[in-house]
Amino acid sequence: MRLTSSICRIRITRVSRNFLLPVVALLACGAAMAQTPDYKVGRPPTAEELHTWDNLVGAKGKELPIGSGSAVEGAPVFAAKCAMCHGQDGQGGVPSEFGFTYPRLVGGVGSLNTPKPVFTPGSRMPYATTIFDYIQRAMPVWPMPRNLTPDNVYALTAFILYKNGIIKETDSMNKATLVEVQMPNRHGFYPDPPQAEPNDKDGTWLPLWEHGPDWKPTTKPGDKWYGPPMAAPK
Amino acid sequence: MSSMKPDRRGFLKRSAALAGLAVGAIPFASRKAFASVTPGLVLGQADTKLNVTPDEPTIDDLLYGGRSSYEKTISIHSINSPEGLRTLTPLQDSIGIITPSGLHYLVQGDKHIPNINPAEHSLIIHGMVDRPTVFTMDDIKRLPSVSEVHWIECTGNSGLQWYKALLQNKKAGRTDGSVIQGVHGRLSCSEWTGVRLSTLLNLVGVKKGASWVIAEAGDSIHHAKSIPLAKAGDDTMLAYGQNGEALRREQGYPLRLHTPGFQGVCNVKFLRSLKVTDEPYYMQREISAYTNTKPNGMSSWYESQQGPRSLITFPSDAHKLSGAGTYEISGIAWCGRGKIARVEITADAGKTWKDASLQQPIFSKAWTRFRMPWDWNGTETVIGSRTTNEYGEIQSTVEGLAKLWGDDFNPPIPAADVLHWWETAPISSFLNNPIQLWKVKPDGSVFDATYVKYLPNPYYPS
Repeated sequence: MRLTSSICRIRITRVSRNFLLPVVALLACGAAMAQTPDYKVGRPPTAEELHTWDNLVGAKGKELPIGSGSAVEGAPVFAAKCAMCHGQDGQGGVPSEFGFTYPRLVGGVGSLNTPKPVFTPGSRMPYATTIFDYIQRAMPVWPMPRNLTPDNVYALTAFILYKNGIIKETDSMNKATLVEVQMPNRHGFYPDPPQAEPNDKDGTWLPLWEHGPDWKPTTKPGDKWYGPPMAAPK
Repeated sequence: MSSMKPDRRGFLKRSAALAGLAVGAIPFASRKAFASVTPGLVLGQADTKLNVTPDEPTIDDLLYGGRSSYEKTISIHSINSPEGLRTLTPLQDSIGIITPSGLHYLVQGDKHIPNINPAEHSLIIHGMVDRPTVFTMDDIKRLPSVSEVHWIECTGNSGLQWYKALLQNKKAGRTDGSVIQGVHGRLSCSEWTGVRLSTLLNLVGVKKGASWVIAEAGDSIHHAKSIPLAKAGDDTMLAYGQNGEALRREQGYPLRLHTPGFQGVCNVKFLRSLKVTDEPYYMQREISAYTNTKPNGMSSWYESQQGPRSLITFPSDAHKLSGAGTYEISGIAWCGRGKIARVEITADAGKTWKDASLQQPIFSKAWTRFRMPWDWNGTETVIGSRTTNEYGEIQSTVEGLAKLWGDDFNPPIPAADVLHWWETAPISSFLNNPIQLWKVKPDGSVFDATYVKYLPNPYYPS
């Protein structure tokens, strides 16, 4: 079995977790790993399986399907399949059986640093692909999810973006244009990009929690910190 | 049990079944011997005790036993919360450090719980891997397994919004809510069994440059969450077992991701797909919620790990003390990393703190049960607990959290703005871990003394 450098790092990390084990056991473990066990599990996916399960859409839009749609085309789809929960213009406020109101989809741009922030996809999401992705895999809700065509999903995404004043009513959203949309809150998150590694490098990041007099900015092997990021040390 | 009606035919059938038990399962036991090994049986009452009563379980009922009909503790519905099915664990009745699987809290993103046939379920690992692979459940169970005790807590647990919902429910006439269950009940602890995700990542070969894994569920909304590869290759497991049996259907049967110490939303249930990538995928549940928005409008995101927390589960606002005397204060402490090192208890509104005893064994990222005898003189007082983990990190007060989290760039938010900071809780104040105080009234009733400070409770006696 070929080990990439990334996997080697994981292995080392996992071994270091067992810091309480005697060194002898670690050596034995290393010897055992030299003989790769053969569990004979797994099979390659079929093309159809890959297609079905590789549908989450990231910010680069690599997985976006062929298709297109504008807010003009999205309006009737929204009225037919979305407005009963999210309101005719996406203003939300429709009561649900659970005693809350369905989410608002429109407005709030520029309100996040005011005493009454309004959180909507328009005011909050940094990438338009997130709107597309969520509609595609989760909307409308049970028992009708994923009965929209790619053209429908592009059109609904365009409708929400248009209602938030981010694109024009006739702008067509497709695999090329969707990833180009500049969302108002694109730079409203930190750290950007999100941290992929814990903050445990010699205390260059302080833990968020209050600490006592004996506290030292160190961690033990195997217990890394992925907590809320703190201000960079002064 | 509903099938058991006290009709004569059923009586005879059950008697036969009981006889079958005595003769079949314990072949050498006479009825007399059977009675003599039943502890606590009083002579003279023996016959009535052994009689078949309308609720007598049949041998078939006992093949998967149930609890006594006198035990009534259940989860409660959470309403006033976003779309989906939600139940809250009755922490006020918690015993030890394991939550019974049937009382594990539930936050399902939609109204549908899939019922998946494990023989037809598979997990695909794809993306930046050398060998995209489909694993069946049999494949996964063939690999080396691990069992560990860990809690899971909803990211939004203990937020101010749940306290608001509780007040609304009371206004609407609901009587089943308490702060300990309604505000803090998105929290449970189980023994989880499964395969380390690193085992499978090693089998498929992760490509150089990969840094994230996007987990996707097979439920109706295909819940998806980006997990750092560093966490996926650490102690993350693919769990198929919970508390000595298979996962319960609502807990993600047959397979779920389990990320010890990470927020609940990372523990993707009904796991169907893992895509290895070099970036997070900015999924809806990473962006439109599960971030912390500061007063300056900036939001911190991908915050995953819970801080040190503790909670007195007895006495709490679901209990009423019967009068002055000695009680055992008991509760749970937990943390997103490491072990609980210390729990201190105050019984005088924070003037003095004393160390509670910690129940052994103490596991990393698991509930730790703490206890302390407490002499209550019958006067009004405030009790509370705070914990310290093995790194010396301490549970904060609400004010402490606001100071720490209020704004990473500007000066800490002033005390007057703490409520505003906390009020945006539905989408901006996750991973709350404030110290919970309980006020004990002279009549023995117990009330929340933390949340009421920020939002008046009209149902709270003055």
